[in-house]
Amino acid sequence: MNKKQKKWLKRILLALAIFFTVMALDEFGVLAGIFGEPGALYASFALYLIPYLIAGHDVLLKAWRNIRRGEAFDESFLMAVATIGAFAMIFFPDTEPHMAEGAAVMLFYQVGELFQSYAVGKSRKSIAAMMDIAPDYANIERDGALVQVDPDEVQIGDIIVIKPGERVPIDGIVVDGASQLDTAALTGESVPRRADEGDEVISGCINMTGVLRVRTTKLFGASTVSRILELVENASEKKAHTENFITRFARVYTPIVTFAALGIAVIPPLLGMGAWPDWILRGLTFLVVSCPCALVISVPLSFFGGIGGASKLGILVKGSNYLEALSEVDTVVFDKTGTLTNGTFNVVAIHAEGGVDPDYMLSMAAHAEAFSDHPIAVSIKEAYDGVIEQGRVEQAAEESGHGVAATIDGREVLVGNDKLMAAHDVSWNDCKITGTILHVAIDGSYAGHIVIADVVKDDAEQAISDLHAAGVERCIMLTGDRDEVAHAVAKQLGLDEYHAQLLPGDKVEQVERILETARGNLAFVGDGINDAPVLTRADVGIAMGAMGSDAAIEAADIVLMDDKPSNIARAIRVARKTMRIVHQNIVFAIGVKVLILALAAVGIANMWLAVFGDVGVAVIAILNAMRAMSVKRD
Amino acid sequence: MRKVFKLDEIDCAVCAGKLEEAIKKLDGVQDAKINFLTQKLTLEAADEDFDAVLESVVKLTAEVEPDCEILR
Repeated sequence: MNKKQKKWLKRILLALAIFFTVMALDEFGVLAGIFGEPGALYASFALYLIPYLIAGHDVLLKAWRNIRRGEAFDESFLMAVATIGAFAMIFFPDTEPHMAEGAAVMLFYQVGELFQSYAVGKSRKSIAAMMDIAPDYANIERDGALVQVDPDEVQIGDIIVIKPGERVPIDGIVVDGASQLDTAALTGESVPRRADEGDEVISGCINMTGVLRVRTTKLFGASTVSRILELVENASEKKAHTENFITRFARVYTPIVTFAALGIAVIPPLLGMGAWPDWILRGLTFLVVSCPCALVISVPLSFFGGIGGASKLGILVKGSNYLEALSEVDTVVFDKTGTLTNGTFNVVAIHAEGGVDPDYMLSMAAHAEAFSDHPIAVSIKEAYDGVIEQGRVEQAAEESGHGVAATIDGREVLVGNDKLMAAHDVSWNDCKITGTILHVAIDGSYAGHIVIADVVKDDAEQAISDLHAAGVERCIMLTGDRDEVAHAVAKQLGLDEYHAQLLPGDKVEQVERILETARGNLAFVGDGINDAPVLTRADVGIAMGAMGSDAAIEAADIVLMDDKPSNIARAIRVARKTMRIVHQNIVFAIGVKVLILALAAVGIANMWLAVFGDVGVAVIAILNAMRAMSVKRD
Repeated sequence: MRKVFKLDEIDCAVCAGKLEEAIKKLDGVQDAKINFLTQKLTLEAADEDFDAVLESVVKLTAEVEPDCEILR
């Protein structure tokens, strides 16, 4: 509790103590004994005013100020009218007095307001703690000594020093040192990342083991950590439909209830349907429940909590509207390369034939490709364990589009596709495994083949089954790759549909076609590179692998910091949970209020119940909203 | 120019919304946003009279929400 809240609490406790004393004096007939029959009534009126004013003078003042500025329909105004009205009941000679109720309503209201203020402060604090990934300083070497400076002052190209236990303040490249980095705050991933000389380091990570000297590549304001914080903070400005609904609802609800209160207080007694005091009291009870505070605070708080919770998992949501849209996704469209697969070629099989040693064949192929930078050549060289001795290669010539012909250790080596084999009159065998097949021939006779393919990510299969479990009806893959490759991947991962051999432009068209048949929302998942048009066309664009990639952060609505597709199902679960909480709060708050209004209209609900309907409901809704913040990794 | 200020003691979401509306109506204010949860006011006004605009914003805040203070 802060200072203001403590003072507030003391005031309420004092008022409560006086209130109960007066109540006891009244109940046990002490007042009647001293002041006589009608005198006791006026005495208790005056005495109840004391706790009322102690607890509520600020509310009355605020109400007065608002009236003077022409602002009615404000919470304090309504409370003031309701409680003053309760006290004024004394002027109806034949009615039960309601001073105790008037004072109690004000007290109860203040208790609720204090609790509400406390709960809001508490959730603000946990949001702040969640976003406490911004570094306060950067170490710079000046005249041989380390100086701590404001990260804002560091220029691009400066060398900063990051000691173990410190947070990387600014994005940059390691020029000296090696260490393990804890990226959990950014990606939610608990396995540390290695950083060696020449590696890029991202601000917001924690340096765990060694001292790093880093040459900065960005200004602090443009660094990953600053961008993430800005994004999450501004996310609440892009309002969800539900939030806009609440704003509109609040705008009409209060005036309607206030006029209804006036109608109830005046019309029935005018028509001779009962006594004035009864109906006025019912009207006043109406006023107490007329504030939509429970909704106005708890709904944005739930969204903010959901967005904050998701960011703990390395899922950045750029606005409440996207969180809402994500919760209604029933179709997920994936780009294949880089999203479901690693996007790099790997040797997946080596089939040597005719008694040739597979290792020898691979070594020959690697040497033949020694001078090539083609992705396929690179993958073969990576698969080869040994050292490539360029001296063994006497001659190597690329046969464009077909492969390579080389002379290694005096032997003629051919590495390439069917056409290369055909051109050199070598007969070859095909392979059942899908992928790019490289045949190898040594001295004119077939030695076997090497299969190269893009490998699916470790968690891709899990990602698809998680999505299905989360109620996503269709998982569809789009790829520019050949049909056989796409078919194999789709079957392996359990995808519902795939569309292969698409040109980049076809993807937008394909997504539009799928959009027509989708009942819920459509999410497109890509790596953020080259798929900006598709990302914007989909209801929700998700970019992944965005650690340090500006393009991806720019293009998408939701950004996954690491490149794990399994985070998509997690994001959907967070979105659904948030929306569940939002809907619970709306139904609960409106339901209770309408119920109390109905009961008050027929004279069953009293003012006590009405105060619960106002502040009690608000507090419960806030506590419920705070649940949106807690997310589990699974 | 766009500047962000911390708002102290803004306790009610409805009040924050009202204050935002009131600030937006002030002369010279190009845009204003109050984020109730992060307790921040983003004020946008022309460079040359920013200080004057800020002055009137502070005055208005003292009128509308006397508990709330703009930290400069």
